[in-house]
Amino acid sequence: MAFDIDTIVELISAFCLLIGSFLCISGGVGILRFPDFYTRMHAVGVTDTLAAGMILVGLMLQNPEALVVIKLVMILLMTLFINPTASHALAKAAIHNGLLPILDDKEGNKTENNYQESGSSNC
Amino acid sequence: MLIAATIATLVVMILAIIRGIVGPTLYDRILAVNMFGTKTVLLLSLLGFVMGRPEFLDIAIVYALINFISVIGVLRYSDSFQFIQPSPESKDKEQ
Repeated sequence: MAFDIDTIVELISAFCLLIGSFLCISGGVGILRFPDFYTRMHAVGVTDTLAAGMILVGLMLQNPEALVVIKLVMILLMTLFINPTASHALAKAAIHNGLLPILDDKEGNKTENNYQESGSSNC
Repeated sequence: MLIAATIATLVVMILAIIRGIVGPTLYDRILAVNMFGTKTVLLLSLLGFVMGRPEFLDIAIVYALINFISVIGVLRYSDSFQFIQPSPESKDKEQ
């Protein structure tokens, strides 16, 4: 049973797009369901990079034209550089301005998150 | 499969908008806007392939750059004193 090479490339592309879509949706559910700002940032930061990478690789396999592939590689590199930088700056600004994560104390109770949007209180 | 990925990206953009509206703190909103921008880049790339016009990739590149600059700009602004809102007591004093 011999497969055509185009069929195999198409199958790999569809697989990459499927994985990327799944990671996108899991990131969307994570940003809605997680209890805390930092856990939400974990969901977004992990899925943004890998989901964008998988979808862009899947698109690269769809089109054999050289210019399109070069543009997609540029978008992929930009995503891989920009997203961690933005996540790092966001976490640093949040912790600098006094937004504390929700933690468990020794009895297992959740600590109160007493952040007020009225400016930088703890710095 | 292209259309399925496009629909998934649209659904995730709607979820990010919901978090941006609901979000209890300022940084949740910035995070949601950042995610929305990333997903917009993906949506532009996918739509270029769905409609058979790969020229959309140029717009996607420009949008990625603008998204990064805007997020860093808003974060920079959140460190300054402009974000400190007057408390209700000071508002009462003004009135």
